[in-house]
Amino acid sequence: MHIILDKKELAPNVKMLKVSAPLVARKSKPGQFIVIRISEKGERIPLTIVEKDDKIGSLAIIFQEVGRTTKELGELRKGDHILDLVGPLGKPSEFRKVGTAVIIGGGIGIGEAYPEAKAHKAIGNRVISIIGARSREFLILENEMASISDEIYITTDDGTKGHHGFVTDILEELINKKIKIDLVFAVGPPIMMKAVSEITEPHRIKTLVSLNPIMVDATGMCGGCRVNIGGENKFACVDGPTFDGHKVDFELLIKRLNTYIAEEKISCKMH
Amino acid sequence: MTDSKHKDLSKRPSMNKQPPVKRVRNFNEVALGLTQEQAVKEAERCLQCKDPKCIKGCPVEINIPLFIKFIKERKFNQAIEVIKERDNIPAITGRVCPQETQCEIVCILKKLGEPIAIGALERYVSDYELKTKIQKISKLKKKEIGKKIAVIGSGPAGLTAAGDLSKLGYKVTIFEALHEPGGVLTYGIPEFRMPKGIVRSEVEYIKRLGVEIKTNMIIGKILTIKDLFNLGYDAIFIGSGAGSPHFLGINGENLIGVYSANEFLTRVNLMKAYLFPKYHTPIKIGKNTIVIGGGNVAMDAARTSLRLGSDVFVIYRRTEKEMPARTEEIYNAKEEGVKLRILTSPVKIFGDEKGRVKSLECIKMKLGQPDETGRKRPIEIPGSNFSMDCDTVIIAIGQAPNPLISNSTKGLKTDDKGYLIVDKNGRTSIKGVWAAGDIVPDSGTVIEAMGRARKAVIDINKCLSQTRPTIKN
Ligand SMILES: Cc1cc2nc3c(=O)[nH]c(=O)nc-3n(C[C@H](O)[C@H](O)[C@H](O)COP(=O)(O)OP(=O)(O)OC[C@H]3O[C@@H](n4cnc5c(N)ncnc54)[C@H](O)[C@@H]3O)c2cc1C
Ligand SMILES: Cc1cc2nc3c(=O)[nH]c(=O)nc-3n(C[C@H](O)[C@H](O)[C@H](O)COP(=O)(O)OP(=O)(O)OC[C@H]3O[C@@H](n4cnc5c(N)ncnc54)[C@H](O)[C@@H]3O)c2cc1C
Ligand code: SF4
Ligand code: SF4
Ligand code: FES
Repeated sequence: MHIILDKKELAPNVKMLKVSAPLVARKSKPGQFIVIRISEKGERIPLTIVEKDDKIGSLAIIFQEVGRTTKELGELRKGDHILDLVGPLGKPSEFRKVGTAVIIGGGIGIGEAYPEAKAHKAIGNRVISIIGARSREFLILENEMASISDEIYITTDDGTKGHHGFVTDILEELINKKIKIDLVFAVGPPIMMKAVSEITEPHRIKTLVSLNPIMVDATGMCGGCRVNIGGENKFACVDGPTFDGHKVDFELLIKRLNTYIAEEKISCKMH
Repeated sequence: MTDSKHKDLSKRPSMNKQPPVKRVRNFNEVALGLTQEQAVKEAERCLQCKDPKCIKGCPVEINIPLFIKFIKERKFNQAIEVIKERDNIPAITGRVCPQETQCEIVCILKKLGEPIAIGALERYVSDYELKTKIQKISKLKKKEIGKKIAVIGSGPAGLTAAGDLSKLGYKVTIFEALHEPGGVLTYGIPEFRMPKGIVRSEVEYIKRLGVEIKTNMIIGKILTIKDLFNLGYDAIFIGSGAGSPHFLGINGENLIGVYSANEFLTRVNLMKAYLFPKYHTPIKIGKNTIVIGGGNVAMDAARTSLRLGSDVFVIYRRTEKEMPARTEEIYNAKEEGVKLRILTSPVKIFGDEKGRVKSLECIKMKLGQPDETGRKRPIEIPGSNFSMDCDTVIIAIGQAPNPLISNSTKGLKTDDKGYLIVDKNGRTSIKGVWAAGDIVPDSGTVIEAMGRARKAVIDINKCLSQTRPTIKN
C-alpha cells in the first residue's frame, strides 16, 4: 500500500507528495522515475523521483497539474493511497567527478534537476544551477537548490524575480565569460532543452537532457515512448530518460507529445 | 450403422458465433461456445482410441479421451478434473490454443472427415465450471513442504509453473511487472477473443491454489535474480515473455498515428481505451487503418481497429497461405470486413505538417525460392510502388525478448536474438533458474509456453527434492 505521508503545495498547480514505497525507495537512484495509476479507470503516468528517504521508506514526487490524471493526483490528501506504483524505472544517471557541472531546470523541471544537482555536489563537482520559471510564484525548490549549489542563477520570463528572460540567457553569459563548464544537465520543457543543446553544441560541452515522452507501460514493451537519438530509435523508459542533448530529435519529441491533444481536452472536461 | 450415424461420425459442430455485422460494433466475445447438446453429441463421436494420438498432440498431454468420455456421460465436473490434472487454465487454452495444429491435427477422425472439436469441448466444460460453481481446488494439491519459489511473469508460462508448483506443495510467489496479471492474455489478446473476466477467474484459481501474485514488480529493477536468491527463494522460474516490439526501420515510423501492435493493443485491452473517456487512457484511431503483418497479433490489431470504427487493410508480404495467423482468425477477420493486401510490403510512411500519418507507400512482391524456414521468400518487384491513404498504421511484425532481466543478471546466457538459452528441461545457464514460454527460443503459443513450463516444474521438483512426489508423467 502506497500511503501519502505528506502533501505540500509548492506553487499554483504544483504539488509535492511524499509517498510510502520502501522497496522502491531503497533501490532508486537519481535520474530514475516511477509510474503511478491512481484509480481503476486511470492512466499510467510517469513522474520523477525527486527525493527519497530510506529510513522512512518514502519517495517525494513533484508534479504540475496539467491534465486529468495530475489533477486527480492533486486532489488526493495525506493518508490517501496510491493504487499502483511501480519503479524505480529508467537508467540511473551516472555521476563522475568532472569539475564544473551546470544544472538547468525549467518550470516543473526544477524538481527533476534537484536530485541531479545534489548528486553532482555530493561527488565533489562544482555545481552552478540555473533555474527558471514563467513568474516568481512558479519558482520551486529555490532554497533547496541554493543550499547545494556553488552558484545559483534565477530567471523569470516576466522579470518578477532574478534575470528577466530565459535560463539560456544565463548559460550563454557563462559561456561568453569563458567559465570552464565540463557538463550541462538540463530538464524542463522540450523547447528549453533544445535551446540549451543548441547553445552548448558549438562549444562541445557535454550536454545531458532528461526527456518526457508519453509512456504507457514504461517497461520497454510498447515502444510508445520512442525517441530518436542520433538517427536511432530508443525507448526512453528503458534506454533513458537521460540522453545526449546534441543527438536528440527535439522536433519529433515535441510533435509526438501533441498526439492526444484533442483527447486530453475531452478527458479534462470529464474531470 | 445407419447412414445418418455415419454422417455424425465425419462432421463436427460449427462454433456458434455472433454474426459479423453485429460483432464489429461491440467488444463482446465472438465465439459463443457449444450448447450442452452440441457438446454431448460431439463427445459421442470420439472413438475412445486405445492408442489415442490426440494426447501426444497436446503439449501438456491432457487425457483427452477420458475427459470426452465424461462429457458423453454428462459428468462435466469429472471432465474438468481430468483436464485440470494437466492444464490449470482450460478456459483459456480452450479458446486460444491453436488446436488445429496440436491435438486436433493428429485425431484419428481427421482421416475419416473432421477431427473431434477438442478445443471447443475443453472450453465447454471449463465454461460450465465457471458458470455453475466456484472452481474446485484440485485434489492433487499436496501439503506445504517449506520451500519457496519465485516465478517472474504471470502469462501462461508463469501461471502454469506457479499453479503446478503450488500443487506440489511449494510456496510460490509470482512477480508481475504490470498492474494486472495475465501477460499477453490480459494486455495483448482482445476482449472479443479472450474475455478479461475469464482471465481473471483463471488467475483467481491459481491464487486459490496458494500462489501469491505481486503486481507492479519489475524484476531487474526493483529486485534482481540475485536479490531473489538472497531473499531465500530456492528456485526461480522466468516466464517474462517476448514483449519488446520490432519496428520496420522505414522512414516515417515515428509519425503520430503509427503504433506498435503492442502499444495499440495495450492501450485498448489493458488500459481499456475502447471505453475512453470513461477509462482515461486514449487511443488515436482514424478512418483508414493499415496493419502491417500476418500473424495473430496483426489479426487482433485489425479486428480491434474495425471495432473502433475504422476501415482496415492488412498488408502482408507473402500470400495468405504463408500467413502465420490461425486460419480461423483470418476467416473471422475477413468475414468482419478486414481487407487483405497480400504480396505487399511497406516502403515509407508519409505525414502532414503536424507530423500525422497521411499515407503509406508500398511495393508489390512476388514469391521466390523457399528460405531457411521453408516459406517462399518474398522478392520486391521493381517499379511496382504505389501509395495507400491512411491515418493509422499498426506495425505487427513480431517482438523480441525484453532485455531487462538478462541485462541485470550476470551469467544468464542468451542467444544472439536475446532469448534465454535453456536445455530440454528449461534450465538456464544459472543454477537454480529455469525459464519457459516466449522468453526461450522457438516458443510462440500459449500451449507451448505451458508445455515447457510443466517440463521445468518436473525438473525443479526433481532438483529441489528427490524424495518429493513428482507430477505423473
Ligand atoms: C520520465 C518522465 C518523468 C516525468 N517526471 C515528471 C515530474 O516529475 N513532474 C511532472 O509534473 N511531470 C513529469 N512528467 C510528465 C508527466 O508524466 C505528465 O505531465 C503527465 O503524464 C500528464 O498527465 P495528465 O493526465 O495530467 O495530463 P494529459 O492531459 O494527459 O496531458 C497533458 C500534457 O502532458 C503530456 N503527457 C500526457 N501523458 C503523458 C505521459 N504518460 N508521459 C509524459 N507526458 C505526458 C501531454 O503531452 C500534454 O502536454 C514526466 C514524464 C516522463 C516521461
Ligand atoms: C496479440 C496476440 C495474440 C496472440 N494470439 C495467440 C493465440 O490465439 N493463440 C496462442 O496460442 N498464442 C497467441 N499469442 C501468443 C501467446 O500469447 C504467447 O505465446 C504467450 O502468451 C506466451 O506466454 P508467456 O507466459 O511466455 O509470456 P507473456 O504472456 O508475454 O507473459 C509475460 C509476463 O511477464 C511479465 N514480465 C516481463 N518482464 C518482467 C519482469 N522483468 N519482471 C516481472 N514481470 C515481467 C509481463 O508483464 C507479462 O505479464 C498471441 C500473442 C499476442 C501478442
Ligand atoms: S490444451 Fe490445447 S492442445 Fe491440449 S487438448 Fe486443449 S486445445 Fe488441445
Ligand atoms: S484421437 Fe480423436 S477419436 Fe481418438 S480418442 Fe483422441 S479425440 Fe477421440
Ligand atoms: S513506455 Fe512502453 S516502451 Fe517505453
